[in-house]
Amino acid sequence: MTDAARQTIEQVARDSRTRLVAFLAARCHDLAAAEDALSEAFGSALVDWPRDGIPDSPEAWLLTVARRRLIDTVRHEKVCAEATPKILATLEDAQSAAHDDARTFPDERLKLLFVCAHPAIAANARTPLMLQVVLGLDAARIASAFLVKPAAMGQRLSRVKAKIRDAGIAFAVPSGKDLPARLDAVLETIYAAYGSGWDDIAGADSRRKGLAAEAIELGALLMRLLPNEAETLGLCALMLYCESRRQARRGPHGEYIPLSEQDVTRWSAPMIEQANHLLRIAERRQCIGRFQLEAAIQSEHACRVRGVNTNWESIALLYEGLVRIAPTTGARVGRAAAVARARGASSGWDLLQQIPASSVASYQPYWAVAADLLEQLHRFDEADAARVRAIGLCQDEAMRAFLAKTKPA
Amino acid sequence: MNFTILIHETADIFAMRDIPERRAELFVPVGAYLDTLRAAGVFVGGAGLTAPATASVLDHGHDNWTVQDGPFADTKEQLAGIIIIDVPDRAQALDWARRFPTLPGRKLELRANLAPIHA
Repeated sequence: MTDAARQTIEQVARDSRTRLVAFLAARCHDLAAAEDALSEAFGSALVDWPRDGIPDSPEAWLLTVARRRLIDTVRHEKVCAEATPKILATLEDAQSAAHDDARTFPDERLKLLFVCAHPAIAANARTPLMLQVVLGLDAARIASAFLVKPAAMGQRLSRVKAKIRDAGIAFAVPSGKDLPARLDAVLETIYAAYGSGWDDIAGADSRRKGLAAEAIELGALLMRLLPNEAETLGLCALMLYCESRRQARRGPHGEYIPLSEQDVTRWSAPMIEQANHLLRIAERRQCIGRFQLEAAIQSEHACRVRGVNTNWESIALLYEGLVRIAPTTGARVGRAAAVARARGASSGWDLLQQIPASSVASYQPYWAVAADLLEQLHRFDEADAARVRAIGLCQDEAMRAFLAKTKPA
Repeated sequence: MNFTILIHETADIFAMRDIPERRAELFVPVGAYLDTLRAAGVFVGGAGLTAPATASVLDHGHDNWTVQDGPFADTKEQLAGIIIIDVPDRAQALDWARRFPTLPGRKLELRANLAPIHA
């Protein structure tokens, strides 16, 4: 009996915890209070269920206890006097939504995704917050992925939750003309968790490897909760293309293998197939965007899995489209590299030269591409200097070793 | 704002300095890193240090100095060098620190400097 109760509690915590938090937070507009109340409810369950038996609907039981706790908190603290009666009323109503079969209580995590990527929240807090409240990752894990001390990450998350409460950020899905920009922020936040914005244009090698699966999970959740958005499909396709190459990116001794030299039989054909499928559906929506273009670039590379040579001219054109709508340094460097492959090193070099020096001081791919193109242009001294900078900017021994090896003897 | 990257290394890494065929592995990546700091305009200064056993540890206990051989403290990693960089904030300092060449047994410590001391 005790074991059964414990197992049920663990399973509900695993399967429903973030949905329960979302449900409560959407009603009390206070993430931290919702989390605390739910933790206390789980604590009560650990005491009551082994003694009284597992309730028919564990989720409804937990919501009832958490809700009571929240009502006490709201009454006690009166943090936001004006809002108090309304919040109390919503919390009372919440009970009817949660009664009987708790599996039917509404999934409010979409609102939570939009809250996490709200413009009022500092950009560097959005991804950690989303990972914690929507996926339930613990702060220590998030901290290590972002190279921050665990205590500092915990503080950052608490501060941002307080800000959401105090600023009265709406727990709502934006509509109409607000949606595209707000959705874009959500997509950016998820993509940051994937981490392929990092240092490797060609292979999209993710530094934060541990979070790739979590990012894909967030993308899949967003697709499910808000279907029909072309850019969401584009982002999911992009992450799947990148993920399909995971096994091929490193050699047997951990050495870095650039995209052009990867063994395509080690790419995941099912993932590529799924990505192609998502991208095709996205294209039918006739609403082009940054993530679809990035996915389309990766789909061109993925053609090699079918024995088709890379069409660098198509890739160059896709990058031109990308630079037009999202002129990031990464896109501009990617375009220069693709144009160099399609139309020759000097065309690529011209484009590379147009990127402002201030934006590439610590951008490693720029220097790696520069070294390669200068080499092809027989400007060997400049190529050497660029390669030294590329090596100096590496964050990864395998990449450093690869660049050092490409240096001509 | 100035930050100091303190590089702590195990005895095994210190020993690489005296193995001719391993010296390049130790020093070449660090050289590239320093060149990159200079090129990016963030390098303020720094120093590599000789082995901790060569240190003289001065301790003014009560009213006179005693001098002993190093190391200063008996820890697994010892200070091997420091690099001072000038960047706008800690996030950027961390971003530079994480680009320092890695070796098993090497740890980095990043600290913000107090107001600069001028020569």
